[in-house]
Amino acid sequence: MRAPGGPEVAVGGVLLAVENVSLAFGGVKAVNDVSFDIRKGEIRAIIGPNGAGKTSMLNIINGFYQPQQGRITFKGEARSKMRPHDAAKGGIARTFQNVALFRGMTSLDNIMAGRTLRMNKNLFWQLLRFGPAMTEEVEHRHRVEEIIDFLKIQEIRRTPVGRLPYGLQKRVELGRALAMEPELLLLDEPMAGMNLEEKEDMSRFILDVNDHYGTTIVLIEHDMGVVMDLSDRVVVLDHGVKIADGTPDEVKGNQSVIDAYLGVAH
Amino acid sequence: MFYREAGQFKTTYQADQAVFPILQDRVGLALILIGAFVLIPLVASDFFLSVVMIPLLILALASIGLNILTGYTGLLSLGTGGFMGVGAFACYKLTTLFPGVNIVIWILVSGFFSTALGILFGLPSLRIKGFYLTVATLAAQFFLDWSFIRIQWLTNYNTSGAIEVPTRTLFSFPVTGPNATPQFRYLVILAVVTLLTWFASNLVHGRIGRMWMAVRDMDLAAELIGIPLYRTKLLAFAISSYYCGVAGALMVFFWYGSAEPGVFNIDQSFTILFMVIIGGLGSLTGSFFGAALIYGLPIMMKAVLHGLGINILPATVEHLTFMTVGALIVLVLIVEPLGLARLWQITKQKLRVWPFPY
Amino acid sequence: MDILYKILIDPFLQMGQAPDLLVQTLWEGLVSGVLYSLIALGFVLIFKASGVFNFAQGIMVVFAALTLVGLYELGVPAFVALGLTIVVMFGLAVAVERLMLRPLVNQPDIILFMATFGLTYFLIGFGELVFGGNPKKMIASELYLPSGAYDIKMFGGFVSLQKIDIAAAVIVSLMVISLAVFFQKTRIGRALRAVADSHKAALSVGISLEQIWVVVWFAAGIVALVTGIMWGARSEVSFSLQIIALKALPVLILGGFTSIPGAIIGGLIIGIGEKVGEFYWGPLLGSGIESWLAYVIALIFLLFRPQGLFGEKIIERI
Repeated sequence: MRAPGGPEVAVGGVLLAVENVSLAFGGVKAVNDVSFDIRKGEIRAIIGPNGAGKTSMLNIINGFYQPQQGRITFKGEARSKMRPHDAAKGGIARTFQNVALFRGMTSLDNIMAGRTLRMNKNLFWQLLRFGPAMTEEVEHRHRVEEIIDFLKIQEIRRTPVGRLPYGLQKRVELGRALAMEPELLLLDEPMAGMNLEEKEDMSRFILDVNDHYGTTIVLIEHDMGVVMDLSDRVVVLDHGVKIADGTPDEVKGNQSVIDAYLGVAH
Repeated sequence: MFYREAGQFKTTYQADQAVFPILQDRVGLALILIGAFVLIPLVASDFFLSVVMIPLLILALASIGLNILTGYTGLLSLGTGGFMGVGAFACYKLTTLFPGVNIVIWILVSGFFSTALGILFGLPSLRIKGFYLTVATLAAQFFLDWSFIRIQWLTNYNTSGAIEVPTRTLFSFPVTGPNATPQFRYLVILAVVTLLTWFASNLVHGRIGRMWMAVRDMDLAAELIGIPLYRTKLLAFAISSYYCGVAGALMVFFWYGSAEPGVFNIDQSFTILFMVIIGGLGSLTGSFFGAALIYGLPIMMKAVLHGLGINILPATVEHLTFMTVGALIVLVLIVEPLGLARLWQITKQKLRVWPFPY
Repeated sequence: MDILYKILIDPFLQMGQAPDLLVQTLWEGLVSGVLYSLIALGFVLIFKASGVFNFAQGIMVVFAALTLVGLYELGVPAFVALGLTIVVMFGLAVAVERLMLRPLVNQPDIILFMATFGLTYFLIGFGELVFGGNPKKMIASELYLPSGAYDIKMFGGFVSLQKIDIAAAVIVSLMVISLAVFFQKTRIGRALRAVADSHKAALSVGISLEQIWVVVWFAAGIVALVTGIMWGARSEVSFSLQIIALKALPVLILGGFTSIPGAIIGGLIIGIGEKVGEFYWGPLLGSGIESWLAYVIALIFLLFRPQGLFGEKIIERI
């Protein structure tokens, strides 16, 4: 929720809090005693050099990894053990660094699959594909078409996603996440490998999602320009440790952030 | 020229979400159904019905069953033969214990026994996938095959170890046993296969089909959008086994007329799997094509060789069939992993733009 | 209660009463375990280097043995036939690489796996077409393999050890050692290990995948030939062998897909487990449980240790 014209501190209460979370693979500490919070309606960026533990952090938030220490509070509830589909039910959606679409399915089916949790007509009606099942299918198709219009991917509706160029795949993947109508949207390098024009498009989509739907967004991105423009607050990780947290301007001036990026000997 | 979607505008999403959105497809399907239900029983010879149509439909049904598991959900199973056998033996026990109940009902009920065993042997899919799961299904295959031979209760203690299909009637016409005419057997099979194919088509085009394909294409991403992996896989096992079980029951009751021990061995599993691969993984239409090709290949080969005046031993034909099928599998996987069904789609696409492709 | 007694107590009493029979059963299990290990070894070789799960390893065993016997029956001297069979297995490796692996490179594992089903059926048809479907006798004595048995007095009875089984154990040990040396010490062995770790990285340092694949499939072919000779000498050479060869799959589940020691220990566990199970518990179930016991052991094992005895635990990344 950024007013046009300049950075503004995010409004709303805390949606998700990460408290003293640690995760290690064997001897490697991917995330080490990290704490930060995400407030309702803000765009929160996580940045840091390669191997800083950014993606691991997202994996912890949506339940793909279980943190070994610390806890996560989502919508005021501390959660103990959570599987990814519980996270999905709770309203957390996600896109991936390397596109993780269902390659054998069309764009439409991919996005429709994102509606799975909201569809509930049972096996009996599914067998008949008639009456309530069809009504449900059409109702959700309406919602999916809105997303397709929003992302301007009308002409690739029926194309299997495996045949789409990378930029469009990323868009379909965003569409699938949006179809879940999440409260919290995790975007892992949504602009990696894109050219300037595609990046501008994607930035606009992200801002619009935040504006229109009021979706809280967590963003991992390497392009500093994008991060500084889009985000309300930034958390900086390096070697699994949080080294800075604040508005883009605060972070930009932080000495340890500059060191981490320019590589001062530790 | 005639296969064209131009001018067929969809005004509702309901029409666009239909299984066959193009008018010509719907007309074609109607014609096929009329032909199958009316024309073929009237004009086809007994030989054609019992040697071509009946086996084809039954094998296609089993292929649809395996396709749901392997083609749509991506779980490679080598237990098809075993699950088919469960259906056949369940049906035999049911109809000998309760002869008064209509055989068609027992055929449809016997599938649920396969479902139960399918779920049981699908349980390991919680922890394992890929080759590991395939080995688990092999366990099912060998265990079930052994049970059919060793548990004599299943064959009502018949000394030969085989089951003989008793005569059962539908509307007072015999449909199973030695007195059943091919016409009636064919019509019962056709009705069952049509109904189950329609169900399968509805399933794979809706929410459940999307869940299966999501698990197949990328299980982790599927889980992250809220698809419960385990339940989705088990559902695929359950429904797939149901289809295989019904196909097995039909096979013994409406085609073979009896079942020797070992009918449902691992070769049966492979035959069905090859039908699925050649027909097209993840295509119901392909299941029919695949069944036709694999079942028809030795028949055609014999006919062609005889036509050329080459006298050939039946055993040699069998060996040549093995070689051809093996080579075809590799070829299909190299050239078009989606099988004959994909070729069919390409043909339709070409037809759609014919004669002016640009 | 009676059934519990029969399952839980009676078999052990039998073992105690006739220890010579127990030793005999264990020995039989050990020997068939060695042969399972051999087949599993062929799987592991190919899986490590090409990521292909080669379902056709079992039929390669039959095919190699049939070629050997078939050539001998045509009048070729035994050792010349052996040499020619090795040449045939090399030809097979080249053909598989050219016609199957190369066009399927970068396809999902499951597609390659299914392609090996196709290869299996092709080889069955081809083998039967050329050599006929009748069981054949292995030319064991012509290859100077011993026959007969040592009868050893033990626990007031006899334990009979077939000489051919002892020879099998020795030959298998030698082969495993030479394979290990080959992997560790030679240039090709190093390349193989590199490929097993990462195809792309191996390519980038100039290792030819095509060459490696031929070598590996050839090695698997040799392993298949040895298996075929040993197994053929114990019973006969026929296509029913390939169903037995499928038991290498549960062996691999126990041992892990990438571990040579795993394949061997897994093979021994399965071999002994199923012979003991059949002998002492089989009669309770109407015998013949050998046909599925191995798979059920593997299945139970899978539920507790999915990565196998020696397999590495895989961390899934996304």
